[in-house]
Amino acid sequence: MSNPLADMEKPEVIFAIGTNMTECHPVAATRLKRALRSGAKMIVADPRRIPLAEAADLYLPLRVGTDVALLLGMAHVIDREGLVNREFMEARTEEAEAFLEHVRQFTPEWAQSICGVPAADIERAALMYARAERGAIYYTLGITEHICGVDNVQSLCNLALMTGHIGREGTGINPMRGQNNIQGAGDCGALPNNFPGFQPVTDPAHAKRFSEAYGREIEAVKGITKVQALDRAAHGELWAMLICGENTLVSDPDRDHCDKALRALDHLVVIDLFRTETAELADVVLPATAWGETDGVFTNTERRVQRVRAAVPPMGQAKPEWWIVAQIAKRMGSPGFDWQSPQEVFDELCSLSGIYKGLDWEKAGTAAYHWPVPEPGHPGTPRLHEHDFPTASGRGKFVRVGFRDPAEVVSERFPVWLTTGRRLQHYHTRTMTGRAGMHYFVPEEVLEVHPDDVAAWGLQDGQWCRVSGSKGAVEMKVQANDRSPRGTVFCSFSFGDVPVNVLTGAGYDPITETAELKVCPVRVEAVAR
Amino acid sequence: MTTHTTASTPEARELVLTMDGQEVSFSVGETLYQVSQRLRTEVPTLCYDDRLDPFGGCRLCVVEVEGQRNPVASCTTQALPGMVVHTRSERVERHRKTLLELVVSENPEARIDPLRGHASQELHHLRERYGVTGERMQGRKSGHSRPDDDNPFIARDYDQCISCYRCVRVCAEREGDYAISVKGRGFATQITVEFDGHLRDSACTFCGQCVQTCPTGALADRKALRAEARPEPIVATRSICPYCGVGCSVDLLSKGDRLVGIRPAMDGPANLGALCVKGQFAFDWVQSEDRLTTPLVRGKDGQLHPATWDEALDRAAAGFAKARDEHGQHGTYAIASGRAPHESAYAIQKFIRVSYGSNYIDNCSRA
Ligand code: SF4
Ligand code: SF4
Ligand code: FES
Repeated sequence: MSNPLADMEKPEVIFAIGTNMTECHPVAATRLKRALRSGAKMIVADPRRIPLAEAADLYLPLRVGTDVALLLGMAHVIDREGLVNREFMEARTEEAEAFLEHVRQFTPEWAQSICGVPAADIERAALMYARAERGAIYYTLGITEHICGVDNVQSLCNLALMTGHIGREGTGINPMRGQNNIQGAGDCGALPNNFPGFQPVTDPAHAKRFSEAYGREIEAVKGITKVQALDRAAHGELWAMLICGENTLVSDPDRDHCDKALRALDHLVVIDLFRTETAELADVVLPATAWGETDGVFTNTERRVQRVRAAVPPMGQAKPEWWIVAQIAKRMGSPGFDWQSPQEVFDELCSLSGIYKGLDWEKAGTAAYHWPVPEPGHPGTPRLHEHDFPTASGRGKFVRVGFRDPAEVVSERFPVWLTTGRRLQHYHTRTMTGRAGMHYFVPEEVLEVHPDDVAAWGLQDGQWCRVSGSKGAVEMKVQANDRSPRGTVFCSFSFGDVPVNVLTGAGYDPITETAELKVCPVRVEAVAR
Repeated sequence: MTTHTTASTPEARELVLTMDGQEVSFSVGETLYQVSQRLRTEVPTLCYDDRLDPFGGCRLCVVEVEGQRNPVASCTTQALPGMVVHTRSERVERHRKTLLELVVSENPEARIDPLRGHASQELHHLRERYGVTGERMQGRKSGHSRPDDDNPFIARDYDQCISCYRCVRVCAEREGDYAISVKGRGFATQITVEFDGHLRDSACTFCGQCVQTCPTGALADRKALRAEARPEPIVATRSICPYCGVGCSVDLLSKGDRLVGIRPAMDGPANLGALCVKGQFAFDWVQSEDRLTTPLVRGKDGQLHPATWDEALDRAAAGFAKARDEHGQHGTYAIASGRAPHESAYAIQKFIRVSYGSNYIDNCSRA
């Protein structure tokens, strides 16, 4: 997030797009609701009538995968109505004129023809957001899990740059990070393109610094992504893999492919808490200590660095992951793995990361710092982009994006849009919530179908159906539910016995290689069972 | 003794009142209760929760203001310049005791286990402080408990309810859910949910905020209470929720080696005392029976078998070394977790970069 969570109570206009916040980030959503109580207005764009939509002043029910069209239409209106923040644009951005020229072709009527939102509502949304003193954008995986995820994000940035709704209290472009420490995994350099602290591996200066610190030459060449790695494994071009705390087989966008890839490896080591489906394929499974048994650090979605602490002793012989990895490395003769405590590991990270330079174990314990903390004594940075942007020129760059269809579109054979997501009481593949009594709320997977479609497609509420796509089929129960619009159905991927990932994963964003989990054409038929 | 606190600007200098003989400055909009808290004078409260709008329901927080005939509720009275306030005069203390006796006369005497919730001891502590030990008076009853609502998370022992409305208010003001409501008035007041039904059929999301703000334990954390009989003391350990990226601060409650419950940290910077159903109630996986407790190694029979750490680590390292020797730096890959702490991700990326000199590392953010 560019802005801290506390800012969520301060916008004048909230624009929430592709985020089912009351279910996926519930406590953040309470802050938005409080902003509404004190007079803020909210625009919600989502294909489904999610709970947040019920609280919105303006709800934009767009067709799945058409965010770019909606956002181009809004940009067009902001320009046409003379609501562009000229002062900000001149002082802080680049390629503005070319961008404005570009959006002049994308009328709200054009946008309506693609995304299905009435042109008049697109206009209203644009006017509300642009006229606000403080407008803030919030988004989640509904924006990124598309083949055009980067274009979607860029389109949101364009809106913020046009209006100057960035770098101030109650504004910003605010992606809500999904998992507790997914931000931290990136901060720590578990990325093929970045060293710790988001320092590009291709920059020779960084490569040199890390090679020296790590006592071994590290190539200044980007690694491959997880998606490519699984591909290579499936083709017999990768031989060994270490998977930590991820039930890849169930969470991967393409289950059959993933299964084939993992089975093809010579050597698979899994570090986990449970004997997951993925662990079953491993040569060696190593038991890690769980949350509650482990001392360490998390970074949350607002870049706040915080300590987690052990409250109970480890189960059985479980060990902290950093210790396990260090033991393997030492046995391979790799230098630099003599840590005695998590504090030593974290302090080493701080010493090598520009954004953590001013942090240490003790400071993380105060929970008072948002990175970047570039040097000791620095108070941290709750709000990004107050003075400049992280580009070569320091200016925010407009990018001319265009609309593209999803990887697969509905056809006669697969006439229904399936979109996937999460539910309040479950988390990912339920390795945690499935062992914590949450089945009281959601005991099994269901396909949410609009009541009229239930009737039209010959289904029955509570009865079984088969959902087929170009790659496979799964069966689950039907739930008549008017959150789904007609022609679009919804389910989560939390239940291993309903492996929705045999359907999804036809396309990936070309830049981030994030899978298109939000759009998948399917056919839905009743089955007797 | 007279203490002068912050009085730098001329405006600030004018905002001064006298409380229990001390001159105190205050800022515009502050209540007498907030001022008293800064002075650490222990004004008792029951319907007060500093995250909620002042309510003025229980009147336990009364103080005397010179020139006013009757004591005023300090939690709803704005501080004004020149006020002379007494927070612990005999008169207010007597007044408070009478009020407390009245409140308690509706409740059956019962031991309220602290596992019930964050604020569950408030009434109990006040009873002790004012020596109010009385039993429930004949014919008086505060509310009807709902043992029929057998959800495994929230107990509804309205027998202990004092109608402070904190649960109603936290649900409306903090959560925006409006699941809890009030039926009847006066002695017949009953806290309830839609259609008098069960929580799961209402707008309730089971965030547990009502449980944590209830000052009597009438609303209680059923999951934590499973450990009521364990003899060890309750230990609280500050940590961060393991679920989503909001990063709510929690206190892990343990008894001995057992994790028994979760409580929201009221001063947590990301959550300000709030949690959702996952952070509040979904913790038992940590000590679940089917946790992996020993390393496993695949045997010649193709099955996974328990092994010692030495065996397993040797085997893991040998496989990675073999891949390195036979296939060079691009034959091995690692995927770090987005749930484990930094030290895990950092160690794994270093493992790849040092052992192979490559950047063949990713985390699970690409889904
Ligand atoms: S249930 Fe608890 S919080 Fe709610 S009104 Fe009764 S005493 Fe107050
Ligand atoms: S309590 Fe809920 S909102 Fe807070 S971090 Fe945990 S999962 Fe997220
Ligand atoms: S605490 Fe002030 S009236 Fe209840």
